[in-house]
Amino acid sequence: MQPQKYWREIPARYRLEGGRCKKCRKAFLPSRLVCDACGSREFEKARFTGTGTVHSFTMIHTPPSGYSGPYVLAIVELDGGPKLTMQIADCGADEAKIGDKVRVEFRKLTQVGDAGVLCYGYKAVLV
Amino acid sequence: MRDVSIVGVGIGHWGELWNDSLRDLAVAASLKAIADAGVDRVDSAVIGCMSSGIFTGQEHLASVLGDYLGRGPLPVTRVESACASGALAFKAGYAEVAAGISDVVLVCGAEKMNDLDGSESTYALGTAADQEYEGYNGATFPGLYAMMALRHMHEFGTTRRQLSLVAVKNHANGLQNPNAQFQMAITPEDVEKSAKVADPLRLLDCSPVTDGAAALILVPTELAKKLAPGGAPVAVRGIGHATDTIALHSRASLTRLRAVEVSAERAYQSAGVKPADIHLAEVHDCFTIAELMAMEALGFAAPGQSGPMVERGETAIGGRIPINPSGGLKSKGHPVGATGVAQILEIVEQLRGQAGGRQVKGAKLGLAQNMGGTGGSSIVTILGA
Ligand SMILES: [Zn+2]
Repeated sequence: MQPQKYWREIPARYRLEGGRCKKCRKAFLPSRLVCDACGSREFEKARFTGTGTVHSFTMIHTPPSGYSGPYVLAIVELDGGPKLTMQIADCGADEAKIGDKVRVEFRKLTQVGDAGVLCYGYKAVLV
Repeated sequence: MRDVSIVGVGIGHWGELWNDSLRDLAVAASLKAIADAGVDRVDSAVIGCMSSGIFTGQEHLASVLGDYLGRGPLPVTRVESACASGALAFKAGYAEVAAGISDVVLVCGAEKMNDLDGSESTYALGTAADQEYEGYNGATFPGLYAMMALRHMHEFGTTRRQLSLVAVKNHANGLQNPNAQFQMAITPEDVEKSAKVADPLRLLDCSPVTDGAAALILVPTELAKKLAPGGAPVAVRGIGHATDTIALHSRASLTRLRAVEVSAERAYQSAGVKPADIHLAEVHDCFTIAELMAMEALGFAAPGQSGPMVERGETAIGGRIPINPSGGLKSKGHPVGATGVAQILEIVEQLRGQAGGRQVKGAKLGLAQNMGGTGGSSIVTILGA
């Protein structure tokens, strides 16, 4: 993997920096050029707060290569922000449920290539 | 626009086919379809394949198919829409005949998945999801469908047993399909005791990794009447096609397949029919929950009512609306690029009355629904005898 593929996603993955439509206020991560709700092309930068609610989840028993499982994967609705897919760290199979409050943290996700370059991003933890 | 009919079908046994390469599979199915149609020429071909580049290292399938069919200068188009690549190839071939660009069009779907090991093929399939914002965070396809399933259970009370009954039915149907990958009956307990993949989904909720191909011959209906094919021509009554967000999390609801709903509306409208008119359907059961959600999106069941409908046996052969008489992706197998073509092929065989032990009696109008990813693309085709 060339570093630029990783580098350009850093604002979204490290700092939850996305965009908000100036016209209808819909939130996006990553930001985009056209709002799919109202068609507006005017966005402001938005940094989403690091708390949210579990919308759905699963325990992944067969992870993709580079990821070690089992781990809980969830779709989390960020407070005032979009829904996002993320792991719930340090969470057993029976610990999470729909509606649980979570906090989003900065964590290691995987490593790639022969050099084992570390890849970071967001994960949730139950609060 | 000209009316279009299907006059030839070609398919072989599907499974883990170590002796056959991608080109072997695609050419064998195509030759069978050409022979079945009884045509002496092919004007153009379309091949649907999701990811030959990752699965086998080979792209440029237009040249591969034209070359190995022995029809070198043949114009060939390759199309891709993840697991809906097959039906998209059909749509492209249909449009070419309807528009009058070509008279005899070969539509082939093919995928060779077993040249990779398990985690490599999981990666290849994962490219149909949002790689940067789902895959990067550790999502897998079973994981994404598992989150749809949990939400369906949460919102509607769908049960673990209802999911199991989808797999049980499709395996029972597959027993009657000599081309199916799995020729084995299973019980609900088998499903519920199989290995955990992504809770609540287990191994027997998931379609398998499969090598296979399927092919069809399309001609203008005027020409179909003059040919002497293997069976009566089957008319294309309507096609609908739509897309949805690439990431599952971007959707307002996890329990609705919006692209399937919209593509179905468009297909029903172009065919001038409604869900209650359909005699049988092949739907995209990549996971058991997908069949339930497709039933609701296609209008066969009200939201949340698909599980009870399966429980009542209404979707079995002999039921009110038989679904996946071929065995579905679950039992027949799911060579991703071939699936959409094979679904349409099953409807053709059913409408011709050539489906053997899995024949739906009196079938005159059938529907096939093929989707990519978590429903990010969908094509619905309605065929009539
Ligand atoms: Zn907007």
